Amino acid sequence: MTKTIIELKNVSFQYDYTQVLKNISFRVEEGDFLALLGPNGSGKSTLLKLILGLLKPMSGEIELFGKSAGNFKNREMIGYVSQKSNAFNSGFPATVQEVVKSGLTKKTGLLKRLPKDREERISSALKAVGMEQFAKRNIGQLSGGQQQRVFIARALVAEPKLLILDEPTVGIDHENVQAFYDMLAKLNEEQNITMILVTHDVDTVSNRISHVACLNQTIHFHGYKNDFDAISQDELDAWYGHAVRKIH
Amino acid sequence: MIEALMNYEFLQNAVFSGMIIGIIAPLLGVFIVVRRLSLIADALSHVTLAGIAGSLYLSQTFSALALLNPIYLGIVASVGGSMLIERLRRLYKHYEELAIPIIMSGGLGISAIFISLASGFNTDLMSYLFGSVSAVSRQDFAVIAAIAIIVFIFLSIFFKELFVLSFDEEYAKASGLPAKWIHLLFMIVVALVIAASMRIVGILLVSSLMTLPVAAAMRLARGFKEAILYSIIFGELSVVIGLVSAFYLNLAPGGTIVVTSIVILLIVILAKKLFVQFSAKGV
Repeated sequence: MTKTIIELKNVSFQYDYTQVLKNISFRVEEGDFLALLGPNGSGKSTLLKLILGLLKPMSGEIELFGKSAGNFKNREMIGYVSQKSNAFNSGFPATVQEVVKSGLTKKTGLLKRLPKDREERISSALKAVGMEQFAKRNIGQLSGGQQQRVFIARALVAEPKLLILDEPTVGIDHENVQAFYDMLAKLNEEQNITMILVTHDVDTVSNRISHVACLNQTIHFHGYKNDFDAISQDELDAWYGHAVRKIH
Repeated sequence: MIEALMNYEFLQNAVFSGMIIGIIAPLLGVFIVVRRLSLIADALSHVTLAGIAGSLYLSQTFSALALLNPIYLGIVASVGGSMLIERLRRLYKHYEELAIPIIMSGGLGISAIFISLASGFNTDLMSYLFGSVSAVSRQDFAVIAAIAIIVFIFLSIFFKELFVLSFDEEYAKASGLPAKWIHLLFMIVVALVIAASMRIVGILLVSSLMTLPVAAAMRLARGFKEAILYSIIFGELSVVIGLVSAFYLNLAPGGTIVVTSIVILLIVILAKKLFVQFSAKGV
């Protein structure tokens, strides 16, 4: 039987007086590669923040790895990669190696030294994203796509079971986006890392994902990618209130 | 100067205190600069002045407090100010920098009131504003050394957490680090270092010792550890050259230290520029 990684039960959330999420219920199983789709302002980022524990739901329950999110302590099991644009200031004096090493901080814990095999872990994480030859370079000197790979390596170094990516390809050249998704698909298959990906690149990502969830305040669809393909365009437009591109 | 250093206790106090500050101020300065908190150091130094002026006024007014070392009230004011800044930054979430002018003018305003209440501590006050080679006491040195120990303990516990927090705050929070507490502790340690440094460089110039060596280091460093190493080297150079020239030329050390670090910064900027041009031509 597959393990449930995330389970949301009737989760609602509002900022001040604006309802952002309403009665969200869904489940993510181990090994899923879920694309979370939805128009701007549909609550995608809020949903990710709830899962990451950065926000608390107004009502409903979130379970991570079978434990209530409020009591979930093993945050290092969840890797997070945000949009590049707001992640860091590019003049920061840090090498690629130092950035990846910082991914071990939480796993190691306060007052403890980083593990002895950290160098090997760092280089194997960099290898997994194809960035091993850049270890000594300054992070600010890399291209957007390369930086985003480094951030994936930073998440991988803690050996996460779940990787959450919030529009990771914003600001990356189109030709590099393909290679980036190939790399994610490989991590999903080879290391069995469960993935949740918020994206607008529906066309590019379509042949790599296993599941789709459509969000606009509430979940309109959640299921296998093939079932999603069978949904009519009119239905999609009705959920979102305007025309959206469908995955082909 | 070496001979004078052997003979005069005041000079020993100034030189050894200066050398400690030349390490701890730029060391914390690296975190301050990369977290874009440079101006907060300035605001805190002005609050420290309020504590110093208040203490000088108290010693003048109440004979029982005549021997009170102003550094203590300076520390209290600085640490109190750092917590107030944090409160204000949270209150004005979208205009965090507003906390700086509020605290800065508040500190200066209170200082002005104490200074005018007690007329007559002009020379003393000058040494606090711009630093002094002769005014550093054994007690000051002991306080500065104690603060340095606190800095090293703090950094040996929180170095990796502070790095994550400085590099990417959102990621730090998402991975479950107690960001708020680490930040608060960091601000308190910064306040302590500001209070410690003002004896040598003076209140008005404290923040320069935390930022100028770092500004120079960031032109050269590829990584974070390198940035720290260069910052400390430049900070230490500035303090030593500044103190020696202050001693021989009979100038306020705050001035000579800051001017030295600006000269270092300019040399580094120029050298880097020349190097880049040269290597571009070479290719």
